Amino acid sequence: MPRPVTPLQKKLIDCYQRGFPVTPHPYADIAAAIGSTEDAVINALADLQDRKILSRIGATYATGRAGASTLAAMAAPAENLEKIAHLISGFTGINHNYEREDKLNLWFVITGPDQEAIRQTTRAITDATGLAVHHMPMIEHYRLDLGFPLSWN
Amino acid sequence: MTSSDTVDEIDHALIRATQNGLPLTPHPYRDIGLGIGLGPDDVEQRLQRLQDIGVIRRIGIIPNHYRLGYRANGMSVWDVTDDRVDNLGFQIGALHFVSHCYRRPRHLPDWPFNLFAMIHATTRDEIDTRIADIASILGKECRSHRVLFSEKILKKTGLRLPKPKRCGARPCSD
Repeated sequence: MPRPVTPLQKKLIDCYQRGFPVTPHPYADIAAAIGSTEDAVINALADLQDRKILSRIGATYATGRAGASTLAAMAAPAENLEKIAHLISGFTGINHNYEREDKLNLWFVITGPDQEAIRQTTRAITDATGLAVHHMPMIEHYRLDLGFPLSWN
Repeated sequence: MTSSDTVDEIDHALIRATQNGLPLTPHPYRDIGLGIGLGPDDVEQRLQRLQDIGVIRRIGIIPNHYRLGYRANGMSVWDVTDDRVDNLGFQIGALHFVSHCYRRPRHLPDWPFNLFAMIHATTRDEIDTRIADIASILGKECRSHRVLFSEKILKKTGLRLPKPKRCGARPCSD
């Protein structure tokens, strides 16, 4: 059995998916806010990172604000799905790539400095795979990205 | 420090320097700044400004949901009446189990869906329950829906800004 997530670690994840302090000593400030010490907070986070329970501590960016991006979908033949997925993941600017159970079975996000870069990547993917890439860019978002509450079992 | 809502070259350098995450050191912003020739105050002010103008949505701990037992993720897609989709979209986006909720273009005739709601859960049964909740909110304004399950993440990283010198659309390992 993997080691359980400690109460301190749960508290950190529950309280700091947003609002991480932008101050000279953020870990000390967090410690002061939740009644711990800087060392304990850093060690708890380092342990979560080592166990890959944390992806990272950092910023999430608004789509299209620090560059251009679009969700894209493709119908890949099942027998070649893994190969095609791997090929697509190798292109610059692909930052999510999910296999999903549908006729459109490969979903990924194409990012780049501008729309022209997205068009170039799309063309290159089509050339490399012989498959159509459907763009599904965001038109409107209905939820602020705040992280989401986890239920601890 | 510019007060406009543009993102300059130094901001881009800062974004690149932080996109793998903040270091777990007592002064993470100072340490980030050292790598790109910015003082700690400048790093903090720029990060604050990028949040204020909406380029950064949040700074925080980004958990790996899969490792925390959220093994099922269902991308639910819905064909909702166009002039009702904004109103209903905000209702769906407010549900606690929806992590992302967007309006996207239809691709007719094969893809009539214009509302996307991402649901994370520990089991598919739990996702089925959530889908029923959403369906009851949308009611007759929704003509059809589908849930695209995924239990396999092929690649997931945070934002990756390309290096200033564009390496184009060639495959390259990063």
